[in-house]
Amino acid sequence: MTYPLIDVHELARCFDVRRRVEGRRRRSRESVVAVHDLTFSVEGGEMVGYIGPNGAGKSTTIKMLTGILVPTSGRVRVAGLDPSRDRVELARRIGVVFGQRSTLWWDLPLRDSYDLLQKMYRIEPARYRENLDRFVDLLDLGAQLDTPVRQLSLGQRMRGDITAALLHDPEVLYLDEPTIGLDVVSKGRLREFLRALNAERGTTLLLTTHDLQDIEALCDRVIVIDHGTSVYDGSLAGLHAQGGSTRTLVVDLVDEAPAIEVPGATVRRVEGPRQWLSFPADASAAPVVSAVAAAYDVADLSIQEPDIEDVIRELYSRGA
Amino acid sequence: MRGAGMLHVAVATRAFRRYSTYRAATLAGIFTNSVFGIIYSFAYLALWDANPTAGGYDAQDAVTYVWLGQALLMTIALWGGGATDDLAERIRTGDVAIDLYRPVGIVGWYLASDLGRAAYHLLTRGVGPTLIGLVVFDIALPRSSVHALAFAASLVLAVVVSFAIRFLVASTAFWLLDQSGVKVMSGAFAIFFSGMMLPLVLFPGWLGTLARALPWASYVQVPADIWLGTHSGTGLLAALGFQVAWAVVLLAVCQGVLRVATRKVVVQGG
Repeated sequence: MTYPLIDVHELARCFDVRRRVEGRRRRSRESVVAVHDLTFSVEGGEMVGYIGPNGAGKSTTIKMLTGILVPTSGRVRVAGLDPSRDRVELARRIGVVFGQRSTLWWDLPLRDSYDLLQKMYRIEPARYRENLDRFVDLLDLGAQLDTPVRQLSLGQRMRGDITAALLHDPEVLYLDEPTIGLDVVSKGRLREFLRALNAERGTTLLLTTHDLQDIEALCDRVIVIDHGTSVYDGSLAGLHAQGGSTRTLVVDLVDEAPAIEVPGATVRRVEGPRQWLSFPADASAAPVVSAVAAAYDVADLSIQEPDIEDVIRELYSRGA
Repeated sequence: MRGAGMLHVAVATRAFRRYSTYRAATLAGIFTNSVFGIIYSFAYLALWDANPTAGGYDAQDAVTYVWLGQALLMTIALWGGGATDDLAERIRTGDVAIDLYRPVGIVGWYLASDLGRAAYHLLTRGVGPTLIGLVVFDIALPRSSVHALAFAASLVLAVVVSFAIRFLVASTAFWLLDQSGVKVMSGAFAIFFSGMMLPLVLFPGWLGTLARALPWASYVQVPADIWLGTHSGTGLLAALGFQVAWAVVLLAVCQGVLRVATRKVVVQGG
């Protein structure tokens, strides 16, 4: 019987927190639930977005998946291993990238950091050189190889970190806010690289982010976590349907007019000759557009795609 | 296993290089150690003038002991510091999570780094003041090549024992977020019970017995006695065995504490 690459079953993690209580000298102990009743599985080769508000339990989950935190109860298996028990063995098969921390050594040039990693992961020399050449080329790091990490820009460091996480051919790559603080061009390049990585090598990606464009660009599947448990698990399109999201038709009329009335759409806003009409995200725009064009003198039209942030916000508020 | 050995050598080499960039600090340190060596030497000479066989040492042994202490001070990082300060800082900031994601044990990794640092400090802060001491005072050299070799082994063991204690101090940051209070306290214990301030052979009665049984005796007293030729034959092996025993016990405790820390404690930050 084959198991999914990542298998999480009724996972829970509590933390003991001490709180100062008014009028009492001793601080009282309290158990805070970070994650509870979490069940999901990921097959090899998937690209999954793992999203949720701050404090929802994303990092706690990742820490349990990588074995640096022991679950309070429930079951985790990654590549058939129990992460907290087989942490060192598992570490050879996964890669981890943090937007806000670096696995590189700040006082060493990139090349020396990679040499240390080669020894650490015992990467076969030929394979190491092949991977290094490939990633340095794809991520355009050639000019930075001999620069100490502390002198790299954020974007360069991030690319350096991604290379570091991939040199040992991990089956799973966890990315925690990989595009945080990057400019638009760098973000775009990074996403393109990750897509190619998944396509060429079948590397499984689990991505936590607050930048929903990362998700839209990369992930076929989204798991939304809130208050420590999964509130949605499915496709991005399904997320739109569930959140009741809408597309918007922006109409510029030749003259100012009262609110447009056409079937299948409702006016949200009127500002001079410009009006905003919303209609369901899964409906076609064509009938709305032709109805508007038939009844009014239209100067210009444009369509805004649904804002996934609104959808997520809607999901969070339901969970609360 | 060979691969892991190479990694640890690389880690130690890197630590050696990192410390070697602080040249001015090194020179200032050698100067300070030498000044303290001279002051202590005159104080000890006055003491042994009053009691020429105190603790079973003669005046030459006593002065030699002073300079050995100065040479060991930074090599074993008696006050704390070294690789374990890096660890404490990484626990505080949460970067220790990165260390935990790696396919190598944390204790071995930081030990390798600390041995690299110790090698640098031995060659500079150890050898430097010793040369000054050799010029200014009549310092005894090891009695035989066996004693010299045993001293070298004892020195490495002293660093390992000291590392383990400093590692435990740094680990308190998992619970306290900051190691500095514990570090000061631990430094005070180390300076008293290592024999750095006063040879443990001068401690009277039960205090002496206790002090010579505690791990801190591995820091200065045991290596100094080996250098001075106090032990020979099985006595030499027993002295080294004492250090090995503490090293093994304390490193095991380090592993245990690390396991508890990852089980019980929040690794800082998201």
